[in-house]
Amino acid sequence: MRYLPHTEEDIQTMMARIGVKNFEELFPTVPRDCRHDEAMALPPPHTEWEIDAHMEELRSMMSMGAQGNVLVGAGSYHHNIPSIIPSLTSRSEFLTAYTPYQPEMAQGTLQGVFEYQTLTARLLGVDVANASMYDGASALAEGLLMALRLSRKKKKVAVSRAVHPHYRDVVATYFRPTEFEVVELPFQEDGRTDLSSLSDISDLAAVALQSPNFFGVLEDLQAAATVIHAQEALLVAGFTEPLAFGLFKNPGSQGADIVCGEGQSFGIARSFGGPGLGMFGCKEQFVRNMPGRLVGETVDLEGKRGFVLTLATREQHIRREKATSNICSNQGINTITATMYMAALGGSGIAKLARLNYDKAAYMKERLAEAGATLFAAPGFNEFVVEFSGDFSGAHKALLQENIFAGLELGRYYPELQGRYLFCVTETTPRAVIDRIVEEVKK
Amino acid sequence: MKNAPGDSGLILKEPLLWEKGKKGRNGMSIPESDVPAASLPEDLLGEGPDFPDLSEIDVVRHYTRLSQWNFGVDTGMYPLGSCTMKYNPKINEKQAAAPGITAAHPLLPEEQCQGMLKLMYELQNHLAAITGMDAVSLQPAAGAHGELAGMLVFAAYHRSRNSTRTKILIPDTAHGTNPASAALCGYRPVKVVSGRRGILEASDIKDLMDEETAGIMITNPNTLGLFEENIREIAALVHEKGGLVYCDGANMNAIMGIVDLKKCGVDVLHLNLHKTFSTPHGGGGPGAGPVCVTAELEKFLPVPRVAYDGDAYVLQYDRPDSIGRVHAFFGNFGVLVRAYSYILAMGAENLKKASQYAVLNACYVKESLKGYLHLPYNRPCMHEVVFTDKLQQDKKVSTLDMAKRLMDCGYHPPTIYFPLVVSGAIMIEPTESECLEDLDVFIEVFKNVVKEADEKPDLLRASPTRFKVRRLDETQAARNPCLRG
Repeated sequence: MRYLPHTEEDIQTMMARIGVKNFEELFPTVPRDCRHDEAMALPPPHTEWEIDAHMEELRSMMSMGAQGNVLVGAGSYHHNIPSIIPSLTSRSEFLTAYTPYQPEMAQGTLQGVFEYQTLTARLLGVDVANASMYDGASALAEGLLMALRLSRKKKKVAVSRAVHPHYRDVVATYFRPTEFEVVELPFQEDGRTDLSSLSDISDLAAVALQSPNFFGVLEDLQAAATVIHAQEALLVAGFTEPLAFGLFKNPGSQGADIVCGEGQSFGIARSFGGPGLGMFGCKEQFVRNMPGRLVGETVDLEGKRGFVLTLATREQHIRREKATSNICSNQGINTITATMYMAALGGSGIAKLARLNYDKAAYMKERLAEAGATLFAAPGFNEFVVEFSGDFSGAHKALLQENIFAGLELGRYYPELQGRYLFCVTETTPRAVIDRIVEEVKK
Repeated sequence: MKNAPGDSGLILKEPLLWEKGKKGRNGMSIPESDVPAASLPEDLLGEGPDFPDLSEIDVVRHYTRLSQWNFGVDTGMYPLGSCTMKYNPKINEKQAAAPGITAAHPLLPEEQCQGMLKLMYELQNHLAAITGMDAVSLQPAAGAHGELAGMLVFAAYHRSRNSTRTKILIPDTAHGTNPASAALCGYRPVKVVSGRRGILEASDIKDLMDEETAGIMITNPNTLGLFEENIREIAALVHEKGGLVYCDGANMNAIMGIVDLKKCGVDVLHLNLHKTFSTPHGGGGPGAGPVCVTAELEKFLPVPRVAYDGDAYVLQYDRPDSIGRVHAFFGNFGVLVRAYSYILAMGAENLKKASQYAVLNACYVKESLKGYLHLPYNRPCMHEVVFTDKLQQDKKVSTLDMAKRLMDCGYHPPTIYFPLVVSGAIMIEPTESECLEDLDVFIEVFKNVVKEADEKPDLLRASPTRFKVRRLDETQAARNPCLRG
């Protein structure tokens, strides 16, 4: 086996040094009744070429192949990925390194993560961003737990129903064994969160909103922050599509205290939903309560700039059960990927690309409205919910045959929105495909 | 040391991203718009983030230079204990990067994504076969996330039996994340001190285990690299009081094809695909931490479950006892693809050999370095061995000094100051990837470092000197945090 360098002669030499005669004697501490009875039931060893063939077969079982047009985002977005990204991220000095515990020989990772923290903080409008969480969903759960720690005595958080349903599921999972309660906030007819019930909720530590929300609608976070802060609660602002902040106000500038969301849009492929990137940031005064790793700038013996992991006293390996979280490894290389993407786009590029996404989505919305469809009234970015004048399921099926995944039916997530579809249009969506869908709607 | 791989090289300077570039440059092509410009909601418009504008070559050189300041498994030996820095096969990367995989949207209708579901279903079965456990969920995104999922299963199990439990037993040789994972589920960790042999003694568990205790979290092999020989007896004691046994499987690389965890009495186990199953660590992720359970606990696993109904691969959501979702979608799918590719390449026989060779390598290092370094537990070790700096203390040379000197010699140092049960720990895990000649050079270099500790201690205290930076001031970094530019 090519990954195993041991020859029979090597094995004998090593066993002689150790003083054993065979592999059996190498495991004297493993009791007989703890052992496998027989060989593990696994496929036989495959050559490289057999693995290629096997994987090709699995890929061929995907009716919607790589060439399909997927007009669905809902937390996983199709954006162009420049060639420099796979080329640079596959450099094995980044890819095959561990967490940078020995900073002198990991300055590449450490400077890369410091740059990630910086560009992410600028993007989200927060003072500090951490070195990442697993994904947008667990980042939201951790954001709410952090808010409860900051509030000290309060026991409740409110989460908008316009937050991604899967994210709300993950929050529920994290909260079930705790003493804390999650209250859901309804959404209005225009697609924004209805905050009118907020003042009736006592003991509230935080309110979680997502913007753009699951319906693609931009929440008025600024107005929400005023109401929430008046109730002495924190605004936890989530997102699934950070490209929106290339064009629209970011959560931090609108008063969000903790910002957490999914960064997959930034140079990371969809890959059936993972690995993505949990982005997480907050105001400066909360940093010691923040979960996750942090990289800080310092100097070496000779006064030269360098970077190290820092504020580890918040973390599990030092504070044990009193840690701010159990998170240890996070999304490492994906922080570098996202930074490469932000750097390649630049300030000018992100504005232009965000505008293109907005315009294309607006184009489709307009054409659908002309065809008799109804949309949420509040403004959005590159996703939107469509209520068709008739039944769309037949058209949806017909379009799938043409390799077009025309929107996500919402009944499974919101029974009251049964028959409505959530669409996503990005720079990768050809105008011809949009026109083709509209044509099918008009039939 | 003339044989040591460390030599000098050309190091290029590279500023921070925003210290270079010029407004108006760009490093990524953006399509021209093929639709009319739409009107914008003025009140919501932002200024856009303050990112530097760079050209493509600016970005490429930046990251190429940064990468050259790093050290990976592909660079050289990385004997970082408990991290299993084995070779990360290139073909795994190729599979994960195949367009049919990268383009797969996680909310495709089931009939559209049978290939991806089949891969997950088979990987679940393979991991079950390797561990001996009955059912597997691939959803947790990292080892600590797997621990959390496992603890949530504990909590759900006890809730289903109307049993309120507030404590959990955690040995001093368990992994560092265990107490925090248990605390997230409301359990108060109770420390179990390991016995004189470096392993748990059943009598101590008998004294501590009661009906307020949810169970025990054991790392096996433990962080001293020792197999918990009494695990079956301990498991029986825990089960007797209605508790469950969690095994942190981070050290699975020592026991593939050898130990059947279910037969050990384990109820819940997590694996680290980025350790045992060769997926790259990426400088701190992404990993994957599948959680494996007995048939009795399967109903508590996260939703959706990936199953096969005899005709097609399906996603099961309607599972009322489930702990719920722990990830937005199916976990770190790209990492799962790599581990699947690795298991296919290896097969049962080679996975077993990998564990045997990993243990052989660690025992060889142990036999070769004992006497030069203090060996606190001179017992048969598994895939890693723990030494200390006790013999170097009279020269006031510490574990840290030796680690930094090893760097100048061209090695990533072992894990240092962990586990906490021994002072000045040096935890060496060579993995099966290292050949005999390379191990011999490493051993010779380490012996020489020990000699230098005696003869030239200042050389060690001044190390490292061959990197872009010298020792860094971590105290200042924590005292006056500068976390962004």
